[in-house]
Amino acid sequence: MSACGGRGGTIDKRARTAREAVAGVRDDATILVGGFGESGVPCALIDALVDQGATNLTVVANNAGSGERGVAALLRAGRVRRLICSYPRSSGSVWFERRYTEGTVELEVVPQGTLSERIRAAGAGIPAFYTPTGVGTELCAGRETRRFGERDYVLERALPGDVALIRARRADRWGNLVYHCVARNYGPTMAAAAALTVAEVDDPIAEPGDLDPEHIVTPGIYVDRVVHVPVPSPVRP
Amino acid sequence: MSGNGRPAGLRPWSLDEVASHVARDLPAGAYVNIGIGLPTLVPRQIPASREVVLHSENGMLGIGPPPGPGSADPDLIDAGKNPASLVPGGSYFSHNEAFAMITGGHLDVTVLGAFQVSQSGDLANWAMPGHKLPAVGGAMDLAVGARRVVVVTRHTARNGEPKLVSACSYPLTARGVVQRVYTDLATIDIRDDRFVVAEAAPGLEPCYLRKVTGGELVWPS
Repeated sequence: MSACGGRGGTIDKRARTAREAVAGVRDDATILVGGFGESGVPCALIDALVDQGATNLTVVANNAGSGERGVAALLRAGRVRRLICSYPRSSGSVWFERRYTEGTVELEVVPQGTLSERIRAAGAGIPAFYTPTGVGTELCAGRETRRFGERDYVLERALPGDVALIRARRADRWGNLVYHCVARNYGPTMAAAAALTVAEVDDPIAEPGDLDPEHIVTPGIYVDRVVHVPVPSPVRP
Repeated sequence: MSGNGRPAGLRPWSLDEVASHVARDLPAGAYVNIGIGLPTLVPRQIPASREVVLHSENGMLGIGPPPGPGSADPDLIDAGKNPASLVPGGSYFSHNEAFAMITGGHLDVTVLGAFQVSQSGDLANWAMPGHKLPAVGGAMDLAVGARRVVVVTRHTARNGEPKLVSACSYPLTARGVVQRVYTDLATIDIRDDRFVVAEAAPGLEPCYLRKVTGGELVWPS
């Protein structure tokens, strides 16, 4: 999808604000949210989505946020109906614990590699795959398994998103992305797996050619909108 | 016996000594994933002269020591979400690639913690029975994917119950995967559905080890 076409035939995926970048997200949408712990979480886009108001969301994320930040902001605002997550519990995951304990959020816990591969499969047009992870455990109880060679595998289904919200360090207006350290985590995988992919970016958006093509990790074909969200200087190394 | 029921002559290894046993067995050139909890004691026991490459499931090969004060980068954390550093020669990649390395059998060793390990190598390390707030992380992927799965743990639980058991009563992480367990009392291999003692703490007697170990135990003479 080319959500933000430029003038005169140019490609311009820049959004002016985080709020503009999440425009059009519908109720009941499935939202893939990048990040691992505090690294690579698109906090500005999540806060903008809270303001935007979409609700009854299915959120797919590695963690459930900490304190009021990240996915926790959506949980706190009561916008999440279902959470598909690998490791929702952490020392600061108070909003997940509250919503889960009161029964307002459904939870599907998925082994981390399986979660990531289900998203990858969606981006590659693969509807399902077999993995050895989780065979014989309660997380895969009652699921379809099949033996290949000497080993059992469990069938896992692709996990596409309506929207992906990710964070990168640099982008150009074509939507090519470069990441910083392990903030990359789910970004490249989720970018490919959603109908609408939005990236918040630390640096001002560059022009095509400014990013070294050898360094681009996520090609712009996967990215629909980019928005520059400066990182506060005490945080940025 | 002393007051805590432990034989007077027994001198259990410290957790750092246990970690040093794990480190001793990691060869130069090995690609190794270190789990959260007690396994995090292992990296500092690896001699600096021996190049062992540490893998982190959030997308890093070559995790270095924790950064000094003021040099932490919020975008550079390990799988336990603690500030990390990258050694020269290290690399970053996506989460998806990190797990493809795991399930693709590219890791030589993973060092994991455990609630229980069975004599057939079943591992239980992700949830307590009747858990209220489930969370699994990468435990199941690591347990089935690494070429060698070793566990570092105290020999018994806080309540004194054996952690090495005939069959796990805790929710399983994976079946038949653990090859060696390093505890404060012994280093134990899992072979032919039995625990086989490879090394024992000073003063450890077979009768005491049997008392604190569930399952079938073999102590080669």
